[in-house]
Amino acid sequence: MREKIIFALAAVSGTILAWNMNTIFNKLPDELNQGAIYRIIYFHVPANILGMLGFGLALLFSIGFLMTKDLRYDALAVSVTEVSLVFAAIGLATGSIWARIIWGVWWVWDARLTSWLACWLIFAGYLLLRRAVDEANQRARFGAVVSILGTVNAYISYKSIEWWNTQHPQPVLSIRNGGGMAPGMEPPLYWNLLALMCLAAILIMVRMRQEIFAREIDTLRRLAHSH
Amino acid sequence: MVVQDVWGKLTPVFLRHVLTIAGKDLHAELRTKEAWNSSIAFSVVILVLFNFAFDPSSEQTREFSGGLLWLAYSFAGALVLNRSFARETQNDCLDALIASPVPSSALFLGKALANFALLLAIELVSLPVFGLFYNISWTARFGPLLVVLVLGAWALTVIGTLFSALTVNLRLRELMLPTLVYPMMLPALMVEMTMTTNLLAGGHLDDGMRFLIAFDIIVTLLSVAFVDTVLVG
Repeated sequence: MREKIIFALAAVSGTILAWNMNTIFNKLPDELNQGAIYRIIYFHVPANILGMLGFGLALLFSIGFLMTKDLRYDALAVSVTEVSLVFAAIGLATGSIWARIIWGVWWVWDARLTSWLACWLIFAGYLLLRRAVDEANQRARFGAVVSILGTVNAYISYKSIEWWNTQHPQPVLSIRNGGGMAPGMEPPLYWNLLALMCLAAILIMVRMRQEIFAREIDTLRRLAHSH
Repeated sequence: MVVQDVWGKLTPVFLRHVLTIAGKDLHAELRTKEAWNSSIAFSVVILVLFNFAFDPSSEQTREFSGGLLWLAYSFAGALVLNRSFARETQNDCLDALIASPVPSSALFLGKALANFALLLAIELVSLPVFGLFYNISWTARFGPLLVVLVLGAWALTVIGTLFSALTVNLRLRELMLPTLVYPMMLPALMVEMTMTTNLLAGGHLDDGMRFLIAFDIIVTLLSVAFVDTVLVG
């Protein structure tokens, strides 16, 4: 059943991506001011949305672990965080490429970029911290606390384009404040979001199983040592 | 829920516990001066090292003076914070503290208070040194500057004390603490640095104040709420 779900998600993700690539690269015109490079938004925005959603989800799973002490929540939290970190990295990288073309520099230290990078570093620190703790319950507890505190920064990063004057563009999606994209240009972004979301779900499922196996192997090893 | 939880704990007994722990930590620090001496020396060394990175007499220095100052503070702060729980590992003092009738939140707040006092003292000592080395007048706006120093020091202390508790029994303790604390502090540091630069250039307190106060309150509430999870489980 699990394999079937993964294959189904992969099929949905692949089909949407292929069809959407065609729309983005062949059908949509270049943007008036930015030219061809604006198309990077179709990956930049969905990747960052998934990164941020993932950190939010990890918060819920971390709270779930602290309330129930069920290590499956912890496995979920770490899987979601790892996958989100990859998407956040894609978001940062695509943003940087866009900035090189439009602003002429790879990076600027404005509030949005800085706070999002800080967020990335916090969750990278979360993974580092987990490697430094041997005992599974303690690892889960410490991880949960860092994850919950880190989400405060994820929220600050989300709000940073409203709170400070940033060089980073203001929100363009109509779901956030009124819409700054031409009508035909916005739907492909949501389709890409859906496709990447399926991909994220696959990665999380695979990673989660690894995490559970790793803990079982660890338990068996301890058992073997105790005899 | 968390607010009520914290508020409900603010009884005279609880406050006495907090003050006892803070007093104990400060007393131990005053006797040994281990964190104090190294932090002060360290922050002065950093301020000296900065002069090799750029021309300290130029007008430009003013534009990033706040940044320099806060870098020195946060580096020195990490030394203080590292010691905070680490000094309790000798003779299993930490286990005794956790087993004592003092609640974890009081233990945490007491330690945070002691660290805060130390950090603020380090800030106040290195500020004149900074003004002297970099020819920056810090007395003109000392009042507002002090507000920023206090709010910033509290944020660093609370986050740092929680992570000090978290990393105390880890391998690579000295490495993990800054790795976790600095990114977590970054939004607050960003605001503190701009505000300090503004004030040193003769400006006024701005909207950053609200952000700092909110940040302080949120991290304090979260830390108090989770310290039990970190220390006891």
